[in-house]
Amino acid sequence: MDNAIVATHPHTHETAIAAEHEHVVLPQHRHHFETQEQQREAATFGMWLFLLTEIMFFGGLFFAYLLYRNWYHDAFVVSSNQLSIPLGAANTAILITSGFFMALGVWAAEVKKQGLLVLFLVLTTVFGVAFLGIKAVEYHEKWEKHHIPGASFDVSQFTNPQAYGLHEKPLAPDMAQKTQIFFFLYFAMTGMHAFHMVLGIGLLFWLTWRARRGEFSAGYVAPIENFGLYWHFVDIVWLFLFPLLYLINRHPGS
Amino acid sequence: MSEFHDPSNVINPEHADHHIITPVTYAIVFGTLLVFTGITVGAAYVDLGILNPIVALAIASFKAVVVILFFMHVKYQSHLIKLTVAAGFFTFLVLITMTMSDYISRAWGLW
Amino acid sequence: MSATSYTIVNLPDQRTATLPKRSYLNNEDGLLSWLFTGDHKRIAILYLISITFFFFIGGAFAGLIRLELLTPQPDLVASDTYNKFFSMHGIIMIFLFLVPSVPATLGNFLIPIMIGAKDLAFPKVNLLSWYLYWIGGLFTLAALVLGGVDTGWTFTTPLSTHYLNTHVVTAATGVFIIGFSSIFTGLNFIVTIHRMRAPGMTWFRMPLFCWSNYAASVLMVLGTPVLAITLVLVALERLVGIGVFDPTKGGDPLLFQHLFWFYSHPAVYIMILPGMGVISEVISTFSRKRVFGYTAVAFSSVAIALFGFFVWAHHMFIMGVSNYSALVFSLLTMLVAVPSAIKIFNWAFTLQKGSITFETPMLYAFGFLGLFTIGGMTGVFLGALGMDIHLTETYFIVAHFHFVMVGGMLMAFLAGIHFWWPKMTGRMYPESLSKLAAVTTFIGFNLTFLPQFILGYLGMPRRYHAYPPEFQVLNVLSTAGATVLGVGYMLPLLYLAWSLKYGAIAGNNPWQATGLEWQIQSPPLTENFIETPIVDHEAYDYEWLAHKTAQEVTTVG
Repeated sequence: MDNAIVATHPHTHETAIAAEHEHVVLPQHRHHFETQEQQREAATFGMWLFLLTEIMFFGGLFFAYLLYRNWYHDAFVVSSNQLSIPLGAANTAILITSGFFMALGVWAAEVKKQGLLVLFLVLTTVFGVAFLGIKAVEYHEKWEKHHIPGASFDVSQFTNPQAYGLHEKPLAPDMAQKTQIFFFLYFAMTGMHAFHMVLGIGLLFWLTWRARRGEFSAGYVAPIENFGLYWHFVDIVWLFLFPLLYLINRHPGS
Repeated sequence: MSEFHDPSNVINPEHADHHIITPVTYAIVFGTLLVFTGITVGAAYVDLGILNPIVALAIASFKAVVVILFFMHVKYQSHLIKLTVAAGFFTFLVLITMTMSDYISRAWGLW
Repeated sequence: MSATSYTIVNLPDQRTATLPKRSYLNNEDGLLSWLFTGDHKRIAILYLISITFFFFIGGAFAGLIRLELLTPQPDLVASDTYNKFFSMHGIIMIFLFLVPSVPATLGNFLIPIMIGAKDLAFPKVNLLSWYLYWIGGLFTLAALVLGGVDTGWTFTTPLSTHYLNTHVVTAATGVFIIGFSSIFTGLNFIVTIHRMRAPGMTWFRMPLFCWSNYAASVLMVLGTPVLAITLVLVALERLVGIGVFDPTKGGDPLLFQHLFWFYSHPAVYIMILPGMGVISEVISTFSRKRVFGYTAVAFSSVAIALFGFFVWAHHMFIMGVSNYSALVFSLLTMLVAVPSAIKIFNWAFTLQKGSITFETPMLYAFGFLGLFTIGGMTGVFLGALGMDIHLTETYFIVAHFHFVMVGGMLMAFLAGIHFWWPKMTGRMYPESLSKLAAVTTFIGFNLTFLPQFILGYLGMPRRYHAYPPEFQVLNVLSTAGATVLGVGYMLPLLYLAWSLKYGAIAGNNPWQATGLEWQIQSPPLTENFIETPIVDHEAYDYEWLAHKTAQEVTTVG
């Protein structure tokens, strides 16, 4: 008697609506959830809460960017023009494509098509890796030009752009120093983004392996769905980083 | 597994739709995102004065909304999920605007 | 029924009572069954042991601080060492004790049971939380052992980034990791409370303890990541010299403070809200009366969480924020005090016309009511710009936050531990000794911190280990109080441990309290409930309880 909760009224509820949800029992059902649907919704909700923490995490960096871009606008413009639009735009398209394939992967899991799921996960990974490859090329270029913040940072391209064949106005020495802040934010924000992508690609490998074993093509879609949320979030961060970092002021004569 | 039926429907109060978005929808969204990427690059080369950053952010926000609603399924999710997404962006905006309210009201850029 | 009229304690007949044969404690054996558990109750106990360990380390630093401050001269330790004392005291007490105290121990243990669930939504994430706590704790201990950090718990720039060569990055890494422990706990609670309530357990039938932890969890999830990125920036500034907080490179040190306090102000609400939840439960039980204004208390918890995000710059009034900004934040600070005050009024009205008894949890709750009120009101003084300019960075601030954090939160934590000890362990602690400890703590606390209000008002700065000789008397009083307080905190450690073996058998409901946790055995089964409860009564429904008790036949063992 001590351990049971005694209902103080008989079960008079309308069980005529008994089977409105088929009680699907999947092997991945966890005992503390009453229904599979409850488990799936809890998992999605949990992943969204985690993404909220990511929004706030990047938020600090976005604020720093907002502040310093407005304080040192000239330095930011000139530094931003050092970034390659073709590479940046290509990367944006690549990441959008990766996200597209991820969404298709979720669809494939929902309609229980294992082969397509594996294909889409692989394509998502391929495009993700391509993104990182282009990023590596860009970072390497910064290294060569001595635009990585720290002891070896070189402002001569900004104080004397004509000597490097650049069509920029030369910056005064103190404003030229502020370009280091731009590049710090560039590396911090794209670096943090890339770190999240690397983690995501690692997870993709794991998920692809499990998908090949058929774990997600029998109704258990939550890991694919929720990884998709993570991947799309990382995509959204880039969708903001691209215009903010690469496209500050590309119009001539200003 | 419990056979319990829950008349006050506490366990799953909103009967979230298991709406499956079709590949066609995804393809339209994909195309839209690429188009707007092109637009934002193009807009950077046009002198819109003060509107340049606003246009850029507006386009980025539009793309983000589209990704959230469709790629991330939020259009077809429960009110709870929608509220959660909104709460996240609200808090982000509080961080940005209230911190900015300090900087904007003093020695701007005279550092 | 109780033998005497001045206590509601109702224990089973001790001659024949035994602990239940099967419970979460003896369900599985062996260290690994504890270290790899998913059971929220076991994780709660693991946390309890962990935070107690760190509490006494932090307390030792407090003792050393007060020892130095016995004399006006800086004669016990060097300045840098003293700075390390208060920094380690703050870091350990805040991040390793106060933030996880109620949520990770009592919250973990009770929330699933209170809402009628079998476990939290994500048991593995819960365990991960505990491991992250320890990894972060080890980094903090490493910083300590390697020589300490002396930035203050606030890591203020440019001191922390440019002027110190102590183990800032190690300590910052520790705090970063502990932050994620906190985030995952909060995330778990939010999903659990939204999605795993038993049938009939609507939002407004939940115990207020759940509401308070829910509000605190929202703060944990939304606020802590900002601390995380801030510490990353500090580390990068130290390691690479990026210039984000460096004026010579164009950075702004004040940016650090904005980002830091964006978390650290909500952090104080993360710390106090769960304690307020405990107080709701305790005051109701020991007044035999439902909490007055349930809805108001529930919404106040949420309001505190919401408004808590809007006031952070009141920690920065003298740091260089603009006057206009200071005005706005000062006004908002006045507003955030309102929901806390609403709660105090509601608790007071709960007491009115209740049948009040003075068991140990209630003693701590009374202590909370008085001390938190003083602490909270002095917070309002500090929210006024003119007062703050005079009082900030003095001992007035130190007294203010110790009143809310120690007089408030720590007392609430002890109230909760004593209240739910019989549920968690199946044993009662010795009541007279526990009452003695509660009174000792109260006396010690007031003796320690009331003089500090006066010291602050008179102008003694905080974080200094030397002071003008005319302040010595008050400092000596404070140190004497700290000694008494230390005794008061040692006692529960001793008698609670004693009770594990020799305490009276508690039975299901020694306090005759409402709430689902009191309807199951003590200690509970691993799965909490044999069958999913169906809830058809409101929270704090003492009539329902009386009706049910009359129906039951009490079994033994």
